[in-house]
Amino acid sequence: MEKVCLPSISGKNHQDIQHLAKEAGVELTKCYQCGKCSAGCPVGFAMDESPRRVIRLLQLGLLDEALKTHSIWLCATCDTCSTRCPNGIAVAALMDTLRQEAKRRSIITEKNINLFNEIFLSNVKMFGRSPEVILSGLYNLKSGNLFQDADAGSHLFKTGKAHILPSKIKNTQAIKRIFAKCLEKGGQH
Amino acid sequence: MKRIGVFICHCGSNIAATVDCAKVAEAAQAFPGVSFSSDYKYMCSEPGQEFIKDSIKKYDLNAIVVASCTPRMHEHTFRKTLANGGLNPYMFEMTNLREQCSWVHSDIEKATAKAIDLVRMSVAKVAKNEELFSSTIPMHKKALVIGAGIAGMQAALDIADAGHKVVLVDREPTIGGKMPMLDKTFPTMDCSACISTPKMVEVAQHPNIELMAYSEVVEINGFIGNFDVTIKTKAKYVDHAKCTGCGLCETKCPKKVPNEYDLGMGLRSCIYKPFAQAVPNKPVIDAQNCRKLVEGKCGVCAKVCPTGAIKYDDTESFTTDTFGAIVMATGYDLFKWEDVYGEYGYGKYPDVVTGLHFERMVNASGPTGGKLKRPSDGTTPKTVVFIKCVGSRDSAKGKSYCSRACCMYTAKHAHQFLDKTPDGNAYVFYMDVRTPGKGYDEFYESTLRDGAVYLRGRVSKIYQEGGKLIIKGEDSLIGKQVEVTADMVVLATAMVPSAGSRQLAQTVGFLPDLNGWYQEAHPKLRPVETPTAGVFLAGACQGPKDIPDSVAQAGAAAAKVCGLLSKSQLETNPMTAKTNTAICSGCGTCIPVCPYKAIQLESITERDHHGHRITRNVASVNNGLCQGCGACTVICRPGAIDLQGFKNDQILEEVDSLWM
Amino acid sequence: MKYAYYPGCSLDATGVEFDTSNKLVAKKMGFDLVEIPDWNCCGASSAHAVNHMLALALPARNLAIAEAEGFDTVAIPCAACFARCKTTAFEAQSSPETKAKISDIIEMDYQANIEILSFLDLLGKKIGLDKIKPHVIKPLTGLKIASYYGCLLVRPAKIAQSDDPENPMVMDNIMAVLGADPVEWGYKTECCGASHVMPVPKVGQQMIHDILKNAQINGAEAISTACPLCMINLDMRQKQLNAQLGTNFNIPIFHFTELVALSFGYSPKEIGLSKHFVSSENLIKDTLSTGARSDGA
Repeated sequence: MEKVCLPSISGKNHQDIQHLAKEAGVELTKCYQCGKCSAGCPVGFAMDESPRRVIRLLQLGLLDEALKTHSIWLCATCDTCSTRCPNGIAVAALMDTLRQEAKRRSIITEKNINLFNEIFLSNVKMFGRSPEVILSGLYNLKSGNLFQDADAGSHLFKTGKAHILPSKIKNTQAIKRIFAKCLEKGGQH
Repeated sequence: MKRIGVFICHCGSNIAATVDCAKVAEAAQAFPGVSFSSDYKYMCSEPGQEFIKDSIKKYDLNAIVVASCTPRMHEHTFRKTLANGGLNPYMFEMTNLREQCSWVHSDIEKATAKAIDLVRMSVAKVAKNEELFSSTIPMHKKALVIGAGIAGMQAALDIADAGHKVVLVDREPTIGGKMPMLDKTFPTMDCSACISTPKMVEVAQHPNIELMAYSEVVEINGFIGNFDVTIKTKAKYVDHAKCTGCGLCETKCPKKVPNEYDLGMGLRSCIYKPFAQAVPNKPVIDAQNCRKLVEGKCGVCAKVCPTGAIKYDDTESFTTDTFGAIVMATGYDLFKWEDVYGEYGYGKYPDVVTGLHFERMVNASGPTGGKLKRPSDGTTPKTVVFIKCVGSRDSAKGKSYCSRACCMYTAKHAHQFLDKTPDGNAYVFYMDVRTPGKGYDEFYESTLRDGAVYLRGRVSKIYQEGGKLIIKGEDSLIGKQVEVTADMVVLATAMVPSAGSRQLAQTVGFLPDLNGWYQEAHPKLRPVETPTAGVFLAGACQGPKDIPDSVAQAGAAAAKVCGLLSKSQLETNPMTAKTNTAICSGCGTCIPVCPYKAIQLESITERDHHGHRITRNVASVNNGLCQGCGACTVICRPGAIDLQGFKNDQILEEVDSLWM
Repeated sequence: MKYAYYPGCSLDATGVEFDTSNKLVAKKMGFDLVEIPDWNCCGASSAHAVNHMLALALPARNLAIAEAEGFDTVAIPCAACFARCKTTAFEAQSSPETKAKISDIIEMDYQANIEILSFLDLLGKKIGLDKIKPHVIKPLTGLKIASYYGCLLVRPAKIAQSDDPENPMVMDNIMAVLGADPVEWGYKTECCGASHVMPVPKVGQQMIHDILKNAQINGAEAISTACPLCMINLDMRQKQLNAQLGTNFNIPIFHFTELVALSFGYSPKEIGLSKHFVSSENLIKDTLSTGARSDGA
């Protein structure tokens, strides 16, 4: 267990952390580490650091540690934490902001979740919609889990709930331009 | 001819850091009427005051301006200095260079220019000051204590023991407040009723205390030394003079309703005493539920009463009296957690209760005879979870403050539960454990030795599964989610000001603070006084606190009251309104505008310009009632009524001086 | 009465029964659902995980189209689409700069003034329970139903502006009006894990498992949902998680409008109930016959 040297570590990351907190609309000093967010988090059982601990890392200036957690990827943005926080902190929004920053810095701790998002969005960019069969098909292929959900797949095809050919919108150009403009305004996909 | 002395205070660095005091003093020297101007480090200190007195003598000064802090701080101090220096204390003006200048600005140049302007205004005003003389008002040697919980009772007893008469009012049928509802008190584990009921009896028997239970204060007029109070006594439907308290009526009453004293967990009759040791130990009838009063049926109590004390035609009665001082001791209520905590079930899970419910259950004279039983099925709980800070330290849904007593009483509850259930499991979810009092931390430590497990983390959710309650929390010390399967949950809910306390404050004439607690005059130095002269505070009505602090505060309030009542008269503020009868036309427009009802029309007889005697009306101000608000001076069309110390032309001089 | 209709990507695929039953209910109740022309994907959870403006722009295009078509209200069956659209509207309404930025990105004039309702709120609140009741000809008497709202319909409360996030009752009330028996249970608004079940299956399965377990313990015979992803998670994944976790759940899962349609007299075939993974055939047969008996009795 590494020791935390203050104020050096917090000084270095201070600006970045303040900027991220502002983006998320969160005042980190308001958190008194009560743990209500972590107590109610439905994905908490799978996280390496509870939401409370992620905030604590930021309070101490340990930005890199926070960005390396699995937690920020596993967060399902269900907002249970933000709704129950006695200090009204938008915890889920903060996790979202950290996840975006981690991706920006290419720190991808949950490769499969990232892969899923990338495939989803590239489908949207191409078709204007997210066709489920293409999504799961490509995901299985790229993640190497070729036969994941194969059992369910057959039922889906039989009942007409899955389509091999994706539905496309007419104005896919509009979607492509939306993507382009958002990328130029910062962030990536 | 005014000979004005101007003294600019540095107040250490409070003023001097932002205002160039020497420069202000220099500029003041040139103001019209100024004979002497200087600056000094601490005007309020002894050498500072000596400096003023010496200067008065040396330069033959007859009016003083001190430019320093807020008049609320030291106006009184400097007026005394003037008096000691041989001047009338009202030949004095104070300029606020601290709260209204140096403390709110940072630019030295601009702040100094502003300070010079402010002093210029004060000099212009003091040039028109006149000597004022205060008068006196009588002090009624009787105190009113509103609220007869432990704080109210203690204050009443202390005042009564000092030899003064006290009227003690409480709106419940019994006095005692919340304390007799508790089982044991920390840290000594004294039986609460055993230590509070003797005080209740003492209060009832004290020759100097007039006890008015089941009564409320409905109107207060007047001011310190002379509060005219109207008290309403609610209809009891039982003649307490005839009633012996035998209790036969209670046993025969056929209709039972949930007992407020047991928080609805037990039943009482419609003719009832709240609990067996109630003082007065005589019943009242619950008019909302009594069959006779609502439907005209029954009437059993009247039939069985051996002294014929039942009075179905009773009505509320009003009494008025005059008091010199009032002590507010209205206590607290508990936060209605069921209205906002959906994650804990909104109150629909019967086995999720508050700390006060726990007290009633564990109390031998409570609804379960002292046995801990699950409200849902009556079985004995084996695993109990205690959750602290429900509604406290929660600015999102509850109150932002800490309720002070819950850490101790939760440790007490955990201890009591483990004591009654040796193989039981007690889990306490906490954020902090606050144990500042004597023996408090040791008490908490002993609870840990009893086997209570303290988990640091707020609980996110409680839900039912089968017949159990599932509590989802976190132990932040090991950083893991914790799930407890419990039989019962006890919530330590926030203390809030007593119901109706806000309206009562308005009736009495003072303000509660942001959270509704009664506002003290100064948080550090004047904790038992309110900004309204003659009204004092005792106990939890001023803010959440435990029994030792309530008793201490009650004693402090009593001491202040005794200090007042030991005087036979009080000096009044001479800055009151005064009528210039030469201009006053007697129109009477000022009369309804006065919030203190201090103005009346008075008839005067004088000679007109022909020499004839005429009688006419003019406005006349009662100096005792007038509080110097100045509303009458604004509404008076000819400007006949003016406020001494703040005359119209004084204010205009101040304004004009800015254009020099 | 015409409402704009934004079905979302899953409603012609895994959520097709939801689409079907929505339209059947609309037909019976006499209002029109007009699909937003050439609507695009809202971005769901993937967009906001990656880029903030993208997450606002994708839903905005659909809302701008609906506004341009002159609609006052858009009804959204999918909870994720609903949440994304509400978030976009909220941010645009709170900040004129954001609104301008969005309009610039989507190259349309986005007003942010169209009313956005989940299908649940449309039926349960805007149209109202008393308009549903007259059409109930086959009451679902005795059906012990757990109403599952999931997270995005009610949270964040400031954005969703829907029911109480701790104890929503809209769906329970609709179920009661249909004659069913809404069950009290503790997992009404617990997250199902959404798309997690694909990239991190063990995590997703555990979350789905906990919901099914609590419903079962509290006596539910079936679960009603108002989000196509929640529904497919609870339905499609039941068999998978039985295999993984050694449980033996067999709880039929419904889109709430399927139950409304059933009580309106539509047949399971018309609704497409056989497309579910967990069969509801027996349960429905039992329920409807109970209803018929108590009706005729």
